[in-house]
Amino acid sequence: MPLLEMRGLTKRFGGLTAVNDLDLRVEPGEIVSLIGPNGAGKTTLFNLITGLYPPDGGDVVFEGQSLGGLQPHQITARGIARTFQTLRIFTNMTVLENVMVAQHSRSRAGAAETILRLPSFRREEARIRQKAAEALSFFGTRLVGFRFDQLAYSLSYANRRRLEIARAMAAEPKLLLLDEPTAGMNPHETLEMTRMIGQLRDQKGYTILFIEHDMKVVQGVSDRVVALDHGCKIAEGSYEEVAHNERVIEAYLGRRRGGER
Amino acid sequence: MSNGPDWEQFGKDEWAAQEEARLGEAEAAGRLSFRLRRAWKGVDSRLKMLAALAVASMVPLLVHNSYLLRVAGLTGLYIMLSLGLNVVAGFAGLLDLGYVAFYGLGAYTYALLASPQFHQHWPFWLILPLVILVTALFGRLLGSPSLRLRGDYLAIVTLGFGQIASLLFLNLDRVSLPFLHLDRPLNITGGPNGIINVDDIRILGHTVETVSGYYYLILIFVALVFLVVFHLDRSRIGRAWRAIREDELAAQSMGVDVRRLKLLAFSAGAAIAGTAGVLFAAWQGAVFPSNFDVSILIILYSMVVLGGVGSIWGAVSGALILSVLPELLRSPEVARLIFYGALILAVLGLWRRARMRGLALLGSVGVLGIALKVTLTALRPAWFLQPELKVSVARSTFAPLMKALNWWMLFPRESRGVGNAAFVLALFLLLGVLRLKGTARYVLLVPGLYTLAFVWETRLVEEPSVTRMLIFGALLVLTMNYRPQGLFGERWVQKL
Repeated sequence: MPLLEMRGLTKRFGGLTAVNDLDLRVEPGEIVSLIGPNGAGKTTLFNLITGLYPPDGGDVVFEGQSLGGLQPHQITARGIARTFQTLRIFTNMTVLENVMVAQHSRSRAGAAETILRLPSFRREEARIRQKAAEALSFFGTRLVGFRFDQLAYSLSYANRRRLEIARAMAAEPKLLLLDEPTAGMNPHETLEMTRMIGQLRDQKGYTILFIEHDMKVVQGVSDRVVALDHGCKIAEGSYEEVAHNERVIEAYLGRRRGGER
Repeated sequence: MSNGPDWEQFGKDEWAAQEEARLGEAEAAGRLSFRLRRAWKGVDSRLKMLAALAVASMVPLLVHNSYLLRVAGLTGLYIMLSLGLNVVAGFAGLLDLGYVAFYGLGAYTYALLASPQFHQHWPFWLILPLVILVTALFGRLLGSPSLRLRGDYLAIVTLGFGQIASLLFLNLDRVSLPFLHLDRPLNITGGPNGIINVDDIRILGHTVETVSGYYYLILIFVALVFLVVFHLDRSRIGRAWRAIREDELAAQSMGVDVRRLKLLAFSAGAAIAGTAGVLFAAWQGAVFPSNFDVSILIILYSMVVLGGVGSIWGAVSGALILSVLPELLRSPEVARLIFYGALILAVLGLWRRARMRGLALLGSVGVLGIALKVTLTALRPAWFLQPELKVSVARSTFAPLMKALNWWMLFPRESRGVGNAAFVLALFLLLGVLRLKGTARYVLLVPGLYTLAFVWETRLVEEPSVTRMLIFGALLVLTMNYRPQGLFGERWVQKL
């Protein structure tokens, strides 16, 4: 059974069909990368999976169950966490708090327990803190120690990207959706991030679906590549297959002179 | 995280390694604000709470003046209210302008159930939970249509709700009901006359009657509310609130049930305000619509903003400052002390790197005053008064200050007109000071400061109610300029 399956997924914005009758499967333990030119519908697809947009047609099935009609936070609770292309960290909260927020759906202390500071609350709080610290320690010394109590806006751009990934990890997902994890990073950091994505699967056991423009990253880490254009899947397969696919080259570079149209 | 030889350098952060050294530098630079902040953060929160509670519980032992004790009690109520507002507006970032309605709702509920208005005399321990329930429910009711609204739009809707509430308090005195065939319209809230003869609070067979009794009762509730808010802040609920404030969409995607938590914030704030309302109604012994109008809302927001939005200690200190300061300013002597003290401190603070220049400036202002006084009173003695010290002042500790003032300050016989003219002059002088640079600014400051003091003496001391508001405003403007995040707030970054 695939972990995530999209069946005939469609999303229209007025006259524009951003995602068009898309079928896509992600098997457990896979690293799948989504490529495609700007406006191909990659981020829209993420928003559809995570419930930020309701689909106009088709269905998203996660672990055999439809995600239709679920609120974003319920989908996160089912085991899908994401990062954002345009960073959306909680700027005026500390680094540790940022990550601790993501444990929300994995904890349940109510107002009464919280106000009375019951032992159950204390235990849970300690667990949340530990999970958050664990997620942050994935990035070496970059986000630990004194960084815990720093406000997130003081972080560098690359560290903010890492923080977002740590935050998604702390939601304890089965499927991790990364939206351009290396955007805005220098080559050195990009190399590191490529390695990190592999480790996320190998060490932490996440299944990963990620959007990426940097072909070196795509080549370096993906088991399977899916290319989108105008909301349709135009190619799927290994990096080699997709990279040499006629339609993919066409989508990126345009049609050769003398072609049809 | 390093595996493989070329991998050693990755995942290490030089900036992180140098943290200790950097902190040492900042410490060595020895900025007072830095040291103060460190010292404040170094103390355990529970210790700070206990210390504050200990100081607060000593107040009735030290203050025997019942008026001052009333001020202290009212301060307690304001602290409660601003703590509650801080939950909604500070933590969850919901600009709730209907907040005072819940304060009124709590007060009116108590007044209706414990007064001769309907001949109901329910006990306090029954009304309080009821009020908490009712106000929390109304908080939800206000919250649910507002869930999709943000910022200004939410503010407008909640402001409307607040206005409806205060109109209801004012107009529910002639209510006609269908089918009941009442002899005369039902009087619920008493209209502008309010509800009077509200019962005192009875707990465990003991009736709270004295001012100090109410003070302690309020203190207990302030401590409880503080604890509740403090615990909520440092929990998954508090974090989720702040996450919603920072980025609703991201919070949602991280598993936070935004709808539920927003409603929780609304009802928690409302319940706290309702509790404060109960205490207020019982203490005052009466409720009037004017107790819950927009001016209270403005004061509450000023308190939260001055203290630092989203900071608990900020809400407490903001409420403390803005409710104690106006009372201090009531006595002209104390007001003078604060005014001149603040002026001198401001000059010394602004010239802290060139202390001699600052002192020279103050000295010149002093010399200018004495010179003006001597020459003008010699030339035109009829124009000026030589005020005698009041007996009460002459005996007090303020006597030296007042005597010095008499040597320095001109007191014109026609204080109103001259004062008004001087006010305009002072404005232009200070505008000039702001526009000019270098020596010209420095020189212009001398007459500027003297004129300011002259206006203060001729006009502002005479009209304390206006002055208090002016000082209020000036204080807020200054604080927001030098510390936009408020006294205890963390620096606020809107966008990356």
